[in-house]
Amino acid sequence: MIERRPFLTFVRHAVLIAGIAAVMFPVYVAFVASTLSFDEVMHVPMQLWPGHHLLENYAAVIAHGSAKGSSAPVGTMMVNSLVMALVIAIGKIAISVISAFAIVYFRFPLRQTFFWMIFITLMLPVEVRILPTYQVAADLKLVDTYAGLTLPLIASATATFLFRQFFLTIPDEYAEAARIDGAGPLRFFWDVVLPLSRTNMAALFVIMFIYGWNQYLWPLLVTTQESMYTTVIGIKRMIPGGDAAAEWHLVMATAMLAMLPPALVVLLMQKWFVKGLVETEK
Amino acid sequence: MATLELRDVMKSYGANAVVHGVSMNIDEGEFVVIVGPSGCGKSTLLRMVAGLEEITAGEIAIAGTVVNRLEPKDRDIAMVFQNYALYPHMNVYDNMAYGLRIRGMSKQEIDARVRDAARILELGALLERKPRQLSGGQRQRVAMGRAIVRHPKVFLFDEPLSNLDAKLRVQMRFELQNLHRRLGVTSLYVTHDQVEAMTLGQRILVMNAGRAEQIGTPAGIYANPATTFVAGFIGSPPMNLLQATVAADGAALSVDGARVTLPRPVPALAGRSVVFGIRPENLRLAGSDFNFEVVMVESLGADHLVHGRIGRQSIIVRAGADANPGSGSRVGATFDAAAMHWFDPATGARLNA
Repeated sequence: MIERRPFLTFVRHAVLIAGIAAVMFPVYVAFVASTLSFDEVMHVPMQLWPGHHLLENYAAVIAHGSAKGSSAPVGTMMVNSLVMALVIAIGKIAISVISAFAIVYFRFPLRQTFFWMIFITLMLPVEVRILPTYQVAADLKLVDTYAGLTLPLIASATATFLFRQFFLTIPDEYAEAARIDGAGPLRFFWDVVLPLSRTNMAALFVIMFIYGWNQYLWPLLVTTQESMYTTVIGIKRMIPGGDAAAEWHLVMATAMLAMLPPALVVLLMQKWFVKGLVETEK
Repeated sequence: MATLELRDVMKSYGANAVVHGVSMNIDEGEFVVIVGPSGCGKSTLLRMVAGLEEITAGEIAIAGTVVNRLEPKDRDIAMVFQNYALYPHMNVYDNMAYGLRIRGMSKQEIDARVRDAARILELGALLERKPRQLSGGQRQRVAMGRAIVRHPKVFLFDEPLSNLDAKLRVQMRFELQNLHRRLGVTSLYVTHDQVEAMTLGQRILVMNAGRAEQIGTPAGIYANPATTFVAGFIGSPPMNLLQATVAADGAALSVDGARVTLPRPVPALAGRSVVFGIRPENLRLAGSDFNFEVVMVESLGADHLVHGRIGRQSIIVRAGADANPGSGSRVGATFDAAAMHWFDPATGARLNA
């Protein structure tokens, strides 16, 4: 039942706008700060309308970084972050989809044991195992490499579990029909299972990409040279400790840059989700 | 040489046997229906022929070759599933072409076969559509098309019409018969619906609890059921099966004390307790070979089904539209000698008298 009381509509919209404002306001402030000069940003209270230094600040930060904190160029750090996030997202999905396929469609000894072992690792966050992982990575000479940034984080119990649940909903008849058609397991996987998993993969790609992009602890440990830092580390390092004042306008510009790729990924993948949800019918 | 031979085929899951030694020879071009209630093992038997289930004991041979150890794709069979099993992300053309592409057939050959099947099944206009854009009947035809393009030695049907509404089922039965007449491929068809069995099958295998109860033509099984199970399963409404004792002179029966005069005496069964079978359509509401009390009359339009009680057992008579005895009244009925069936009460097996 749709009520047509204008007052309620007004209240509804007011609440929604208030919610959005509460969420967007800090982002807006950061954006404004990134368009100001150093003096304008240090001025208290800071102005709430955008300034004129947008291009200047972003160019400076991408090329040189901040003078007062770390001076690593944010451009390089963005590339590092991008590589890390992409490799992690694609790697996690690839590995998990194959593991889930094996667990669901094959019978082999200790199958359930393996599944539960994978499942149990869901309860262990990266931080719990960080010391042994660092030891192994250092021994294998993976420090300051892309491999070191991505490999230790590339297995995913969440994704395996989600794919397993999805594969269990695929009717057995497809596998039987494919078997009669002459498709072997890998052919069946490529021709039938993967196309059906597209929506799931798109959803997981977004989640894994953002996870990889936002990683802080592990990249901090495994990189020592500024050329290998990721954007998230870069933001932190731009804020010098002690009494020195940070160049907040540049820090905010970096933060805005850091938010951009995940937002783009979500926007692009939206189309896929909706398409997948609308089309689904077995 | 028969196209499909089942030799003592058995299936058990651990210690649990679900199919007990079924044997049958199916000839080239024959349409055989396996019919039975849910859980009787008919689908399991079909899947063993397809290669989707392992055969615990016995042999299955297709065109002379024993196929026990062969993968489904090497058995030269094609299967139509109850739920169609069409690949949802491929269009109709690709669904039908998939198996052929895997075999490495040439594009022209694939195209020729797919278009030919589409023409036979009237799917020409639907080739670009995806399964979700098709109705149930259309999807079933695509499933059949996918089987046809393989040009297999045996078609296997696993209750293909169960998911369709009643009217569509009648239409598809007709199309299946046409298809079989046209293509002449040996077919093994599983169903729980005895109407489908009677109308489609050239021969029927009736299964119950994993055993083959009877194998024969529809007319043969209808006229001479081998067991009480077959007698009660084939034919609608089902045959009346009455526990009775034959009188000492063999000229009458006692059904819980009620007397039934037999049109022809059965001295061979004198004094025995038997199961007496008589089909509802073979009983006439006239004369008085026996009397029974009417419980209810169901009107089917063309006929009336008169439900009654004789002794403590129920009986159904199929009478014409004009007969309409009131509930509670006693009516008399007669029947012909040729319509009598006799079964052993302990084993259910047919007795000849």
